[in-house]
Amino acid sequence: MVEAVGSKFIVEEVRKQFPILKRNINGKPLVYFDNGATSQKPQSVIEAISNYYSNYNSNIHRGVHTLSQEATQAYEDVRLRFQRFLNAKSSNEIIFTSGTTGGINLIANSFGKYYLKKGDEVIISEMEHHSNIVPWQMICNQLGAVLKIVPVLDNGELDMSAFKKLLNSKTKIVSIVHISNSLGTINPIKEIVELSREIGAKVHIDGAQAVQHMRVDVQDLDVDFYTFSIHKMFGPTGVGILYGKEDILDEIPPYQGGGDMIKTVSFEKTTYNELPHKFEAGTPNIADGIACLEALDFIEGLNWEEVHLHESELLNYATQELKKINGLRIIGEAVEKASLNSFVFEGIHAYDIGVLIDKMGVAVRTGHHCTQPLMKRFGVEGTVRASFALYNTKEEVDQLIEAILRAKKMLG
Amino acid sequence: MSIQERQEEIIEEFAMFGDWMYKYEYIISLGKELPLIEESKKLDENLIKGCQSRVWLDAQLKDNHIHFTADSDAIITKGIISLMIRVLDDLSPSEIINSDLYFIDRIGLKEHLSPTRSNGLVSMIKQMKMYALAYQTKINNG
Repeated sequence: MVEAVGSKFIVEEVRKQFPILKRNINGKPLVYFDNGATSQKPQSVIEAISNYYSNYNSNIHRGVHTLSQEATQAYEDVRLRFQRFLNAKSSNEIIFTSGTTGGINLIANSFGKYYLKKGDEVIISEMEHHSNIVPWQMICNQLGAVLKIVPVLDNGELDMSAFKKLLNSKTKIVSIVHISNSLGTINPIKEIVELSREIGAKVHIDGAQAVQHMRVDVQDLDVDFYTFSIHKMFGPTGVGILYGKEDILDEIPPYQGGGDMIKTVSFEKTTYNELPHKFEAGTPNIADGIACLEALDFIEGLNWEEVHLHESELLNYATQELKKINGLRIIGEAVEKASLNSFVFEGIHAYDIGVLIDKMGVAVRTGHHCTQPLMKRFGVEGTVRASFALYNTKEEVDQLIEAILRAKKMLG
Repeated sequence: MSIQERQEEIIEEFAMFGDWMYKYEYIISLGKELPLIEESKKLDENLIKGCQSRVWLDAQLKDNHIHFTADSDAIITKGIISLMIRVLDDLSPSEIINSDLYFIDRIGLKEHLSPTRSNGLVSMIKQMKMYALAYQTKINNG
């Protein structure tokens, strides 16, 4: 483990751990501002994957041989580390998934089918990613439950007074994003949980954009479910975590059937395995799962006070510089905001900007960011989104601004 | 001019541009030309929706040749569309159906046709061929 806790956060030192950041694109140094889509990986994570396949690749949880025991041990150690990372009460509350989307589908199907009845209500918000809309829509349609939407204010914050009005005795679950992937808005999770508790509704928080920007304590937040993807927090793709309170996870039925999730199987009756394996049917993504340990080492080795300071400096600088550009409008200016900027141009399509600044080495995301209802709410087809990570620098923001100005000139 | 000759002509034009910037400036200038489709035809039924940009396409048959008009909300997409129309316009349905659009690759714009780019261009080529197929069936059935 990196013994850097409390030590100075030096961005140049951190950058050295990420080999991809040395790349050039079209002869220009890569400026990677698409961290909202996925973050880059430190060398340690990359090596852990190769080390697993080179030295102890085997299936877990069932082999008696040495390799299987080593792999099982490594995989289960990661579960314990995620328990500590989230401050969960028990490792039974940590379910490995394929990602945030996989986690939400699990909750919607398992919890949804068990808890929801005709006429019950599920509350989501206007700023949700499609993966926190569609699974709920599907389950509501199946069961005759009703989806209620919390509107978003002009500055990109949740309309909390509208939320309060939506809550009622029919509300069974509230599923809201922690940090909006399109706007950067950090939602008031504690307040959402407290209000939901008053009427007995359960709460799921989509943490896909949060875990790379802040430390999350599930007991402090008191959420019932929390989901996220490891690839957005410097780890490998294809692994996610679903945190769920143990009593709820115990109560609700399994989602998928198969190996690993059973205790006994006969054609007459199958009994299910205990937590957490009840929700982990089939061979999981072992290699990437094990490599998560290195991502956690990286994150936990950072001085988070200084990371916050660095990220908010980046955001403030980028916001200030972007605002100087004629015809550019930032979408989403919540008071509590994570380090990303979404913006549109008067008379210029986001796609055109994205294509041209890529030629200048700058990677951003353009389009609707899988939040079409939110785009509709702001009356735009899509935005350009520059999402920052802790390894980004002010000099890179300068390169973004320069690229935008040049692209604008070409298009104007 | 045959489809092949038209494509070779474009490839030759693009060979002059050494730097990506000049290439894109040319595409942007093509895109900035007057709207290629009548406003009245910018209907939802003519809309090919990509994830990134929208494309409208209309096709009319005249003297057994197809005439395409199209538009997009993104200028770069529009510029590439105008190149496609230059290659496929005013041809018989069978010529369009059997066409092989290799020029996009040769002028270094293949990335714009990747299905993941979702800018509507892949769907547009498909749609152009669908129109050709539909008109050919119509001609064959007299």
